[in-house]
Amino acid sequence: MTRETLISLAIVLALLAIPLWATAAGETFYITLATRMAILALAAVGLNIALGLGGLVSFGHAAFFGIGGYAAGILASHAFNMEPLPFGLPGTNAMPVIWIVAIVASGLVALAIGAISLRTAGVYFIMITLAFAQMIFYFAISWPAYGGEDGLSIFVRNQFPGVNTLNGLSFFFVCFTLLIASLGLFSLLRASRFGAALQAARQNEQRLATVGIAPYRIRLAAFVISAMVTGLAGALFADLNRFVSPSMLSWHMSGELIVLIILGGVGRLAGPVAGAMLYVAFEYFLGGITERWQLFLGLLLLAVVLFARGGVVGLLAGKARHG
Amino acid sequence: MQTALLIEQILNGLQFGVMLFLMAAGLTLIFGVMGLINLAHGSLYMVGAFACATVAAATGSFWLGLVASLAAAAAAGALMEITVIRRLYERDHLDQVLATFALILVFSEGTRWIFGSIPLYLNIPPLLAGAIPLPGGSAYPLYRVAIIGVGIAVAIGLHLLITRTRLGMRIRAGESDREMIGALGVDIRTLYTVVFALGAALAGLAGAMVGALQSVQVGMGEPVLILAFVVIVIGGIGSIHGALVGALLVGLIDTLGRFLLPVALATFMGPSAAASIGASVASMLIYVFMALVLAIRPRGLFAAAG
Repeated sequence: MTRETLISLAIVLALLAIPLWATAAGETFYITLATRMAILALAAVGLNIALGLGGLVSFGHAAFFGIGGYAAGILASHAFNMEPLPFGLPGTNAMPVIWIVAIVASGLVALAIGAISLRTAGVYFIMITLAFAQMIFYFAISWPAYGGEDGLSIFVRNQFPGVNTLNGLSFFFVCFTLLIASLGLFSLLRASRFGAALQAARQNEQRLATVGIAPYRIRLAAFVISAMVTGLAGALFADLNRFVSPSMLSWHMSGELIVLIILGGVGRLAGPVAGAMLYVAFEYFLGGITERWQLFLGLLLLAVVLFARGGVVGLLAGKARHG
Repeated sequence: MQTALLIEQILNGLQFGVMLFLMAAGLTLIFGVMGLINLAHGSLYMVGAFACATVAAATGSFWLGLVASLAAAAAAGALMEITVIRRLYERDHLDQVLATFALILVFSEGTRWIFGSIPLYLNIPPLLAGAIPLPGGSAYPLYRVAIIGVGIAVAIGLHLLITRTRLGMRIRAGESDREMIGALGVDIRTLYTVVFALGAALAGLAGAMVGALQSVQVGMGEPVLILAFVVIVIGGIGSIHGALVGALLVGLIDTLGRFLLPVALATFMGPSAAASIGASVASMLIYVFMALVLAIRPRGLFAAAG
């Protein structure tokens, strides 16, 4: 086992330990906090596929996060009100169905956004992904059918067969299991031929093209997979808060997802998990001390970017073996 | 009446476009010369608006406020450049995005700390409080016309600055080969600080002028910043001319889309449905336009060579 594998394992176990401790100590609030960590980590693992492996700095992943959230919110509200969706389809409160819809919807939108954005690179790519996410944000605000600016409430948390999701600990385990699955997907992708091509596209596009692989399609596939994982996290996030609003689509959310990865370590397996834990803990504890916690978050972030590149995982496990 | 309304909307679109140009010009200049993507440009816009509102409230003069906004935004920009931005030129775009995102958090929370969460208000100066008549019998606020005038003046001024002056020559040289002008004895560090402060002052000016039309509050710069990104992506990053054309196109398309789409849709659907669908589609129009431009010219309309 390498040092990084050990560190990754320790980080994931630490996340698992929080709700177990909280249940034993009767501090149920910390279960919610840990669930939030797991869901944000899942969203960031998704982004890490595009950003960490592919070097695609997407500043618009909030779009997919929000689309996942709205998938959960819209399906649940139709099920709750017994109103059929267009084409006579019923709404649903079954999580597996909602997840599939969230994944498919964010994947399709990512296919469209990616197909246009990936024609460009560098700063253009950053700005265009940001602009498209903003387009969806404004659409959600001005579309009155599902709450517009006020958002949409999910009155009862959606159901998973055989699990009582109303119980905080059970819902945590649902989210945690999906997080572990996404980490499995990330390492599978990283070790696969596809992952090798994707990382080669980041490191040296010309060389990849010379061996006969077109970078565009590899990147587009990575962008879509990445969006799907983030969309799934969005559906869970809506269920955690029992509420979905355009703020899930806002560009602050996109920035936050990138921040999670940077705090944890770009392209590292457990980077997003460490980043999400650190971020949520920071938000909670500093937010308890001062209303101005974002000021200190900004200063911390500046310090990390300027002086401590590599994030938590980089600090603990040393540099990644490959650039 | 309908024509008068249309003329009014076209003027609104121009005014909006000109304001976007002031933001986009600074962004594109900074990107062109230093290769830096600055998310915190919207914070400088906010700094300008707050400086203008504070000084105008204290002295009773909008004009002193305007001067203060230029000075404050330029100073904040120079400070930002010297303390943080300077360390980012050699870094990749991801680091630049993050560091400037962090700056937004610092500026927004800092401003909220100093001024509180309640919006400030800035009055239109008495000299410009009137309205000018439009053909068709309606009138248009003089202040908005003045903003258009200022924007055109700044566009001409920037064009002259870049094509005719020594500073402009250095800026152009810095865009094409920064090592060479360093070797020729030009102090690059100072040049960068000056360019950054110039861009910041333009953002501050935009913030101050718009502050009199809207409320002055924390976070006011962010929607404008993202539109300014759309503008420079359409115009071609690094091109001032592109920024001008892009800004006017975005301003006109956005304003006219919001005005005309509901009207057009109302011809074949109910008025309330037309209003809500029209508003939703209109809010997406400029992004669709951006996508179209990129599909045809991936580097924008006026992409710099190379």
